[in-house]
Amino acid sequence: MSEVSNPPQGATAEPVLALKSRSKVIAVTSGKGGVGKTFVSANLASALAKRGLRVLVLGADLGLANLDVVLNLYPKITLHDVFTGKSKLEDAIYKAPGGFSVLLAGSGMVEYSRLAPEVRDDFLRIMESLVPNYDIVLLDTGAGISDVVLFAVSMASEVLLVATPEPTALTDAYATIKVLGAQQKRQSIRVVINQVARTGDGTGITTQLQQVLDRFVNKDSEHPLKLLHMGDIPADTAVRQAIMKRQLLAQADPGCPAALAITQLATKVESAVIKHGA
Amino acid sequence: MASATDPSAIRLSDLRLDDARALLEHDPSCELPKPEASPTVYLQSVLDGLCELSLRDPLTGLSNRRHFQHLLNMEIESVARSGESVLLLIIDIDHFKKVNDTYGHHAGDLVLQAVSKCLESCVRPMDTVSRFGGEEFAAILPNCPATFGAVVAERIREAVSELGITVSPSETIHVTISIGGAYAPEWVRSTIELWTERADEQLYRAKSAGRNRVFIEEQRGVAVSADEKGMLFGHLLFGDPASAGVDGDAPGSAVADSEMNRAN
Repeated sequence: MSEVSNPPQGATAEPVLALKSRSKVIAVTSGKGGVGKTFVSANLASALAKRGLRVLVLGADLGLANLDVVLNLYPKITLHDVFTGKSKLEDAIYKAPGGFSVLLAGSGMVEYSRLAPEVRDDFLRIMESLVPNYDIVLLDTGAGISDVVLFAVSMASEVLLVATPEPTALTDAYATIKVLGAQQKRQSIRVVINQVARTGDGTGITTQLQQVLDRFVNKDSEHPLKLLHMGDIPADTAVRQAIMKRQLLAQADPGCPAALAITQLATKVESAVIKHGA
Repeated sequence: MASATDPSAIRLSDLRLDDARALLEHDPSCELPKPEASPTVYLQSVLDGLCELSLRDPLTGLSNRRHFQHLLNMEIESVARSGESVLLLIIDIDHFKKVNDTYGHHAGDLVLQAVSKCLESCVRPMDTVSRFGGEEFAAILPNCPATFGAVVAERIREAVSELGITVSPSETIHVTISIGGAYAPEWVRSTIELWTERADEQLYRAKSAGRNRVFIEEQRGVAVSADEKGMLFGHLLFGDPASAGVDGDAPGSAVADSEMNRAN
């Protein structure tokens, strides 16, 4: 019945990046795939860029990311090519339509339990050299709670968990929250609920998650985990239309409810990071 | 070199098809059309026949290793995005050398064929069984929930152990198998090597523990207990209006029950 039967090597509680760099990194994660994590990352990045921030989206989603669909961007060169010496780092950084930068990890990191420490070190080294060029780095992790995801999250000061009201998505989100609390001694996780039927539904969902957490996890923990509700993104037909046009919401339909929700989210994310960094 | 006809046109008489034809005519499952009727249809049949041959193990008729690795790769790509639960089993006949040594190689072949047939009859049509080499087989079971895998593998083990294999007019023998299994990691793109290595490790455990048994790698993951789920989705059971937005899922115990079956 133990929560974590076999903690992965390497996913430790210690910050793996120097604190100054780490403070700018936000991991965008989700328990389950297909809840709109990549969509949120890209559109949040564009909203942050609009606020005058220098933003990098780092797709650690092992080349699965649908960034091409969301942004109409087809990065051919990835971090993997940089690691293997095939390309230079600056060639792997692409300018996205929303005024932010995109770097994809590529397929170099597979089943992470076997990932060589060199790759991990390479990754950290590159993060250290990259982060100073930006105000905020959104680390789009893979779904689930594999070691790749845990490693990616361990580089971030803040975690933004994307979930939907759908039961399997909530169960997986809850599982992810538990692991992050147990393995990384996180004290807070920020939650955004995507595809809510009505604005306000997400607050109830986060409250529900917090109550379960308090009852089953926090009660005998020295590190009580607090969920911070960052907002809801309403189910909006404009989202589908934007994706079909391969455009960001801000381009396709800047006034739609989902776009407004993402703008609000960006304000909250900015203040969270700036405060943290101060 | 210059020719008045379409330069891309191929004439059958220019091709050396003897070897291919001989291979295909040797195979009882393959029937070639007459080349005179349509050279295109004939050539297509030759190519199809060769592809078919190159994917199948001749002795057992199962997928061969080449085909299996191709399927495994496709499964890896799909599972990386779907997070679906897919089980890989590696199956090895216990003490197969003894069968060969005692009853001869023909008996060995009969055993391989009988076991193959039995393995195929134990799995769903969507599953693939392959002869990996020698007396080793592999099976890929897509969409196989964690709780089912061990039961299916156990059923396979039992079915083979109960199989009477007639190796000569006077002799019927029994063999056993050992099975090692590993699930694809959820949401992660694995590789053929890493995945088979993990299943192989379990097969090794099964052999070391005395053979004729099943070992399946425990899935790492966080169990979300029934109590936790009950509290998480309690409002669905009581028809809380807040649940109405849940994707058209009918609120009620059906939702909660199916959730109970997930992930642990």
